[in-house]
Amino acid sequence: MNGALLTRALRDPASTATLDAAGWTALLAIARAEQLIGTLAHRLDGLPKPAAARRVLEDAMASAEQGRIVALWEAEMARRALAGTGIPIVLLKGTAFAAAGLSPSPGRQIGDLDILVPRDRIDDAEAAILASGWEWVKPDPYDDAYYRQWMHELPPLIHRERDRMIDVHHTILPLTATITPDAAAMLKDSEPLENGLRILNPNDMLCHAAAHLFADGDLAGGLRNLWDIHCLIEEFGMDGLEARARHHGLLAAMRRATRQAHHHYGTEIPASWQGWDSLDPLYARRLLARDGWGRQSRKLTRMAFYIRSHAIRMPPAMLARHLWTKYRKGYRPVG
Amino acid sequence: MRHSTRLRIGPIGFRIGCDWRAPIDEIEHLYRDYPQPDDGIPDFNVHLFAARPWRRFARPSVHIGGDFVIPDAAPLPLSMGLLAAEMGMNLQMALGQRRYLLLHASAAERDGKALLMSGISGAGKSTLAALLMARGWRLMGDEFALVDPATGLVHGFPRLVSLKNEALPVVAAALPDARFGAVMEGTPKGTLRHLVPDARAIAAMTEPATPALLIFPRFGFEGAERQMMPSETFVRLTQASTNYTNLAERGFDALTRLVQTVPSHAIDYPDTDTAIAQVERIWSAL
Repeated sequence: MNGALLTRALRDPASTATLDAAGWTALLAIARAEQLIGTLAHRLDGLPKPAAARRVLEDAMASAEQGRIVALWEAEMARRALAGTGIPIVLLKGTAFAAAGLSPSPGRQIGDLDILVPRDRIDDAEAAILASGWEWVKPDPYDDAYYRQWMHELPPLIHRERDRMIDVHHTILPLTATITPDAAAMLKDSEPLENGLRILNPNDMLCHAAAHLFADGDLAGGLRNLWDIHCLIEEFGMDGLEARARHHGLLAAMRRATRQAHHHYGTEIPASWQGWDSLDPLYARRLLARDGWGRQSRKLTRMAFYIRSHAIRMPPAMLARHLWTKYRKGYRPVG
Repeated sequence: MRHSTRLRIGPIGFRIGCDWRAPIDEIEHLYRDYPQPDDGIPDFNVHLFAARPWRRFARPSVHIGGDFVIPDAAPLPLSMGLLAAEMGMNLQMALGQRRYLLLHASAAERDGKALLMSGISGAGKSTLAALLMARGWRLMGDEFALVDPATGLVHGFPRLVSLKNEALPVVAAALPDARFGAVMEGTPKGTLRHLVPDARAIAAMTEPATPALLIFPRFGFEGAERQMMPSETFVRLTQASTNYTNLAERGFDALTRLVQTVPSHAIDYPDTDTAIAQVERIWSAL
C-alpha cells in the first residue's frame, strides 16, 4: 500500500470500482495526508462508490469549497491592504488557481496566502501589511534575520484577527540557491484579473510549481504540487514552456516535473520530454512514500531528500553554520 | 500499524491503529457490543504510536495522532492506552468533523426528544448523563452532540463515558450492574474510569432525536436556575463548538435554528441529586 493507490484513482477514477473496504480506507487516508482528498472527491464525483466513502468525500468537497471562499477573501484583504501603494500583487499557487478558476482548483486545499511583489517595493509592501493587522510569526531574531538576508520571502506574517498566514515573496527561490529564476520577468508578464489582482502566465505558473517541487524542499506533499502541474499542462499545453523554463534556469526541474507528471498521472507530454533518467525512480519512490494509514513511509529515502533540500538551498559552510545555530537553540527536525 | 481495530460510535466509524497489543485488547473488550464502520470504511483513523522504535519497549509512551493532529499533544504512559485512544477519537472529531455541527455537550433522549447539557470540563456533563441513563433515559453521549445541519436533528455519539474523581463512587452506586474499564490514576484529569453505555444506548445509537432542551449545568454552587435568552445560548454554543467556524453558513444556520427552537436553562447545583431533580423538573414542565 503506497501513494500509487491515490495517483491511480486520480488518473483513472473508474479504477476505484474494484476497491474493497480496505482499499477505500487506505485511499481516503492517503488522500487526506497528501491534502488531495477534496481533489479526489471531485474526480470521483458521480461515480458509484460505497455510501460510507461517498459521505467522507462529500464532506471533503464541502470543506474545500469553504476553504476556497476563505482564501479568496484573504486575497481581497491583501488587495485592500496594498491598494494605496500601487504595488502590483501576483497571487501564487492555490489562491491563484481559485481566483482564476483554473483546472487544479476544484477541491484543492489552499493553505497560506502566497503573493509575489517586486523586490524593490518589498519594504513598502511590508509596511502596508503590518499596518493592516498582520503580525510576525517568528519571534526569534536569528530566524528573522535569516529570512531577511537569505530567503525569497518576508518572514511569515499572520493576521491577528483572522488567524491567516501570508507569505510575501519577492523572488522564487531562496537567494542562497544556485538557481535564480527571473522574478522580474514573471511580474512583467503576469496577467491581470478583473479585480486588479494578478496571476502568473501559464508557463510561469508551471515554472513556479516545478521550482518548488524539485529545486526547493524535500518533496513533502509533492503529489499535490505534481497534480497542479498535470492540470495546468492539460489545460494550457506546453507551447513556449521549454524556452521559458530555460530562461528561469528551471529547465531541468521542469523536465523532471513533466516526466513525473506523465509517470504518475499520465500527463500528455511530447516524446522528446519522456526519457526517464537514473534518478527518476528515486523521486517517484519519494513522492509515493505513504503507508495505508496515510503515514510517511520509506524513512531512508525521506532522509536523503531532507538532506538534499538543505544542500541545494545553501553552500556547505553556510549550511553547517545554520544547522549549528539551530542545534544550539534546541531545534529538532519534525518526524 | 502493528495492531488495529475498527468500531462505529453513533454515525461515525473509526479505525484505531496501535504499536502495542494491550490498548487494542482493552478497546475491543469494552467496545465489544459496538458495530463495525458502515461498509467497513471508517470516517477517521487514530494512530497510537511510539515516538522512536525502541520506545515500544523502553519506557513505553503512547503518542496520539491520526488523520488530524495538533502539534505538542503530550504522550501518555502505556497503562493509559485506552485513554489515549479515546483522546485520539475525540481529537479527530474536534478537528476533522464537517458533516455535523459538533457541540461539546452530553446528550440523553426520552420519547424521541433530546436533552443536551453543555459546560466546561468539571461542570458535570458526563456524570449527569450517566445518572440520567441510570434513571431510564437513553444515553446519547457524554462528550459530543452532533447537530445535522440538514434536518436539525441531534445524533448521538455514545462512546465510553469518561468519569472522573468524585463522580466515580456516585455513578458506581447508581449503576451497580454496569461494566467499567480499569481505574486510571494520575491522568491529566486526575483519577479516571470509563463506563460502558448500556445495551439500549448502543442498540439505538444511530437513531437521531429532536432537540428539546438545553441545560448549562455548573457544579459546586448553591442550587439556582434561570432561563437563558437565545442570544446568550448562541454565543455560549459557538464557544462550545470546535467546528462552528469551519461549517460557516451551514453552522450558523444550524445553530440559529437550534437556539430559536429549543429552550435553554442555566442551573447551578451543589450535588448530583439536586441537579437531577432540577433537570427532571424543567423537562417535565416543557
